[in-house]
Amino acid sequence: MQVFIQKESFDVGAHYDFLVRAFSGAAVVTFTGYVREYSDQGDLTGLELEHYPAMTERRLQELGEEAAARFDLKTWRIVHRYGRLEVTDPIVWAGVVADHRGAAFDGCQFIMDTLKTDVPFWKREYLSNGKVQWVEAKNNDNLRRQRWR
Amino acid sequence: MITIRFFASVREAVGTAVLTIDEPFEGKHVADLKSWLASRYGDVWHEALFQPNLVHAVNQVVVDPDTALHDGDEVAFFPPMTGG
Repeated sequence: MQVFIQKESFDVGAHYDFLVRAFSGAAVVTFTGYVREYSDQGDLTGLELEHYPAMTERRLQELGEEAAARFDLKTWRIVHRYGRLEVTDPIVWAGVVADHRGAAFDGCQFIMDTLKTDVPFWKREYLSNGKVQWVEAKNNDNLRRQRWR
Repeated sequence: MITIRFFASVREAVGTAVLTIDEPFEGKHVADLKSWLASRYGDVWHEALFQPNLVHAVNQVVVDPDTALHDGDEVAFFPPMTGG
């Protein structure tokens, strides 16, 4: 299995070990995203992630396959959480294996840049002042996504 | 029958997560469905479904509002995605 969509936390080391054992590539690049302690609206106490289950799974699978074809990846894996998350919790993890570092860096970055704008997850921030608000899509994320088109 | 799902701020605005309708929408477009929902449920729905950044999906694929509908389709409306 290459796509994991789950409520519970995950072990970054276990996913990394799987990748390097699954394929004897020469280059491994991984990314882990954690819940920030602050946003542009103030300090955070946590996040809640909503998603569209059927579409999320399908899009993450397609995204990994597209990355593998485009960057000649030997293997890949994507983990994404939903539900309530606390500050410093891991949210997302992507790992790829390729023959060379260029393809590995690009493949992992392509996955993350595309995941941000094209996979149906929505973040809601819980602020320390008690406010709860939906995170707005950022133009910078759209620009990063555009680079890969 | 068409199933309609709403997510995140759009779900909150319209006050429902899922709706099924039996109206004959065969051959009509996603935009027609939005107009039908807005005329049936009122201004709040109109505002939510015609916001400029709304994302439209049919059968879990993002589409343009001029996409034709077919019986059994699952349509979804949601704001820009903010994962990762």
